[in-house]
Amino acid sequence: MQIYLPIAEISLNVFLLLGLGGLIGFLSGLFGVGGGFLMTPLLIFIGVPPAVAVATQANHVVASSVSGVFAHFKRGNVDIKMGLVLLAGGFLGSTVGVSVFSLLRGLGQIDLVINLAYVILLGVIGVLLMLEGGRALLRRRRKLPTSGRARRAWAAGWPLRMRFPKSRLYISALLPLSLGFGVGVLSAIMGVGGGFVMVPLMIYVLGMPTAVVIGTSLFQIIFVSANVTFLQAAQNQTVDLVLALLLVLGGVVGAQFGGRFAARLPADTLRILLGLVILGVGGKLLFDLITPPADIYSLGVT
Amino acid sequence: MRARALLLALLVVLGLAVPLRAQSLIADLSDHLVAITTGFVGVDVLLFGALDLPEAPELEGQGPGEVVVVVRGPERAQTLHRKSKVAGIWMNTAQLTFERVPSFYAVASTRPLDEIAAHTVLAANGIGLEHLDFDLPSAKAAGSLREEWRQGLIRAKQREGLYVRAPGAVALIGERLFRTRIYFPTNVPTGLYQAQVFLFRDGQVASAQVIPLSVSKVGLEAEIFDFAHDQAGAYGLIAVLLALVAGWLGHALFRRD
Repeated sequence: MQIYLPIAEISLNVFLLLGLGGLIGFLSGLFGVGGGFLMTPLLIFIGVPPAVAVATQANHVVASSVSGVFAHFKRGNVDIKMGLVLLAGGFLGSTVGVSVFSLLRGLGQIDLVINLAYVILLGVIGVLLMLEGGRALLRRRRKLPTSGRARRAWAAGWPLRMRFPKSRLYISALLPLSLGFGVGVLSAIMGVGGGFVMVPLMIYVLGMPTAVVIGTSLFQIIFVSANVTFLQAAQNQTVDLVLALLLVLGGVVGAQFGGRFAARLPADTLRILLGLVILGVGGKLLFDLITPPADIYSLGVT
Repeated sequence: MRARALLLALLVVLGLAVPLRAQSLIADLSDHLVAITTGFVGVDVLLFGALDLPEAPELEGQGPGEVVVVVRGPERAQTLHRKSKVAGIWMNTAQLTFERVPSFYAVASTRPLDEIAAHTVLAANGIGLEHLDFDLPSAKAAGSLREEWRQGLIRAKQREGLYVRAPGAVALIGERLFRTRIYFPTNVPTGLYQAQVFLFRDGQVASAQVIPLSVSKVGLEAEIFDFAHDQAGAYGLIAVLLALVAGWLGHALFRRD
């Protein structure tokens, strides 16, 4: 069954879109990532114009994150105070990011920047996650005593120190603030929620306990993606409501299953799996960048 | 739709059997509006018509002639990127904007174009992809480079299914009637189109007709599109609200406690 998408201006199969939304929603619930880093390339692959794909999936991420965050709230796995600080930075960052996006689009370099940013970020994060997960898995197998969580001391001297009781942290508020800003910029330019960057950064840079990381990340993604959606719709008119609703419909269902599945998987396995998915997408993007295109000429956005 | 079209064709032939003198060609479309609705999956529009047999004694016995149909979409500015390899990576390194490019161009004919008329005749009438003349800043691209960009644009449009070449797609029926189908894909640009029908005899245009055609979004599709452009801010807010509600609904429906 085909449906015509009014903003993307193409017809696509309804069930394909529902399935895509469901798959991404499942990953979102499982890993606490928005799934935009997968959704954007997949949407472009099935024929949605890149600008529309980027803006519309931001809208989809809002819904799937809302749907996913409840399960984490119930288990008490959301550090709201930390989330709000990250969010303040994220709001600012995504606003700046949408403007940079428009600028790069005008220069005709947005695709390259997006792809390169993906390849680098996905590569680094994927490898990190897999190494960390693999090490933890080995430790667990050998029943070695786990070493205590390493506290990052390098930002200890920063001003504005704040207590985050839920994360058992006493760090400068500037650290999560700048983190939120950086991820906010990235999320707008790359058209993603930014969870796949945020989750590892929260673990490795902030030193938050893994248990609260996913819930907190989802919590702040809701607001940052909402900001991106609104700005893209207002500035570029590239949010396709029909497409978004179909993706959301599949996504909310998928996220429920993903959230339940995540509770049953150990953290190290979760990290290795996420690392694999991230490396897979990064590898595909790198492959596309280095293989000669079918035609060196391509139509630009008008 | 086919039955209606055939009936129309029949009426055209019957009605014009007597007064057909001044014009040796008459054609029409099965639909003058391509309506893009929620279920739009692309559409075939039937173009049909009738010919008058040649009367001039010197043309006698030469057959009915050849029919060429050209469908043009509204002209738009079109940016084209060219990639080249930089440090092992294929990236856009050059771009050019053509000021006026037909957004859609389909050409169908009874025989291959070069068997119908000379290149100069075809070019003068703007028939054939190779005779599309795009406005191109000559200072930016001259000579062979200019031709490369032109070909690149045509290939890119062909990949999108927006430039179509269909020699032999116009069928002649009993020397007097002709018909062809023009396919409008789902990514068809909206706007006012023109279907030009040419009758060639002896390598020259013997007769021609232009039929207007409109491609537009209708119903819900049109309303969403207009809303997104006219009230972008409100549209964005609604998009966010819908997503919030949908996310909450998804949670509420699926929770197990």
